[in-house]
Amino acid sequence: MNYPGKGLVDGLAVTARNFVGSYFYTDRLTTVQYPEERVQTPENSRTFPFLVFDESPDKPRCTACKICEVECPPKCIYIVMDRDEKGKPRQQPKIFDIDISVCMQCQICVEVCPFESIKMDNDYEKSRYGRFNELMLRLPDLLKSNEYYRQIKPTEAAAVDAKLKAEAEAKAAKKAAAAAVAAAKAAASPPATPPPASPKPPEGSAA
Amino acid sequence: MEKIYQLLHALLPSVPVWTVWIAAFLIPIGFIFGVYLTIFAFTTLVERKALGRIQNRYGPNRVGPFGILQPMADGLKILLKEDIVPRAADKFSHFLAPVLIVVPGLLVYLVVPVAPGMVAVDLKIGVLFALAVGTVSVIALFMAGWASRNKFSLLGAMRAVAQVVSYEVPTVMAGVAVIMAAGTLSTLTIVERQGGGILNISNWYVFRPWGLVGFVLFVIGGLAESARCPFDLPEAESELIGGYHTEYSGFKFALFQMGEYLAGMAMAGVTVTLFLGGYMGPGSGPGLVGGLISMFWFFGKLTGMIALNIWIRGTWPRLRVDQLMGFAWKVLLPLALVNIVAVGLWHFLTPRPVAWVVTTGWLAIWVVVLTKCNAGAALEKREYRYI
Repeated sequence: MNYPGKGLVDGLAVTARNFVGSYFYTDRLTTVQYPEERVQTPENSRTFPFLVFDESPDKPRCTACKICEVECPPKCIYIVMDRDEKGKPRQQPKIFDIDISVCMQCQICVEVCPFESIKMDNDYEKSRYGRFNELMLRLPDLLKSNEYYRQIKPTEAAAVDAKLKAEAEAKAAKKAAAAAVAAAKAAASPPATPPPASPKPPEGSAA
Repeated sequence: MEKIYQLLHALLPSVPVWTVWIAAFLIPIGFIFGVYLTIFAFTTLVERKALGRIQNRYGPNRVGPFGILQPMADGLKILLKEDIVPRAADKFSHFLAPVLIVVPGLLVYLVVPVAPGMVAVDLKIGVLFALAVGTVSVIALFMAGWASRNKFSLLGAMRAVAQVVSYEVPTVMAGVAVIMAAGTLSTLTIVERQGGGILNISNWYVFRPWGLVGFVLFVIGGLAESARCPFDLPEAESELIGGYHTEYSGFKFALFQMGEYLAGMAMAGVTVTLFLGGYMGPGSGPGLVGGLISMFWFFGKLTGMIALNIWIRGTWPRLRVDQLMGFAWKVLLPLALVNIVAVGLWHFLTPRPVAWVVTTGWLAIWVVVLTKCNAGAALEKREYRYI
């Protein structure tokens, strides 16, 4: 049926439906009330790097190899390796700074890391009042657990976990094989001295 | 006001007469300021929330529970803002315009009855006063546009003048129908005439053929006169920045908003008085209880009209200038004139059913004729991808 003013009445019906519907169907309301509600950021979103640790923050995966420091295009990473009293390297960082006012979020540090240690975070609430010190992330700010990594990027973290597990198993198998070979050799030639090529257990487990 | 004077005089015989006089002046003024400015404040909030819901979003909900304190926050904010006067502006007129624009909106409430006998001044020419004073605001609008020395302001002001003058004619003509039927210009008497019948409802003028047409005309005219959507061309943001209040900031801008809302609410109040039976409703009548029920009905209807305004604002797009003028002169004015004839027929034809049939038929014929005559002005049907 057509009558004068039909379009106007139809329009009023549409807005009335929206008005009433917005009270009954909350999925109509697309607003995310930010400080209280947040959207889950996509898995591939990234902001700034962080360092993964497995059991405790004292033992990060990072071995302070400085590859990321060298590769970082804007040179925003600064690493000093930790050493014990005798000056022997402990294969973990003493200082690990990332200046996020310089970082350009390129993810190259993540690509080059051989220990799956540095990963991209998706924490976007990085506003600070100060310009210099507060935008400099120190080691305690950077260290985050593997659980956190699994939480923000489940797929990627699962792949990394599988890879590390496979590497660890391969290493253990190799070690076992080498041990078996060494045992066989020792059995074959009892008076011989211990073989010089026997594999040493690595200091500080990488896996 | 006379009644308040007599009442106070009887209650407090020992108080000097001049004190009683001043009190009798101040009580209605205080009532109008207190009640209508509160309604204004919450109308701004409700409007924002309702528009939000119409667009499927939350309205303001940060200040206080459900955003109830938002009007206070807005008021504080706008009081603290800097008041800027353009260097080339006419300082005096620029200052005067926002002050003047609030006055007519408030004056109209003097003759809007809220309960039996409860009207600030029972003028014998109440309707004329309301309609005449309501239009005075256009002077302030033009003053604002002219004094700002800004092309957008001036364009907005010119549009405002053209629009308000054009729409005043059909609005008044729609009011004339009621005046003819009631045989009086006094708003209080007009409301009394709409009492009785079934539940105090069936005699409202909107339930007459001519009254319905008059109501539609009056609502449209009222929207146009208070420059509300869809007739907000004078301040069309997308075309004229802010229209006549482009060069106003701070509290002067707030006064413009206030004047606009007060004028819109005043038109809603006059509409309620003329067509929706004012304070008439089930249970309304003289006495304290009846008076309170009457006030409930009046303010309920006023709220309903304001809600209708908001709903319309959230729905209809703005008219173009030529459409605006064409609508006023080619549709509304002829219909208003035809409506006056319908009231005449209604008055003289007996018995009532005959009058019903004849006036309805007469108005229906003219609605069809006017639709056909203006068919060329209608836009072609458009197909939209998303509905």
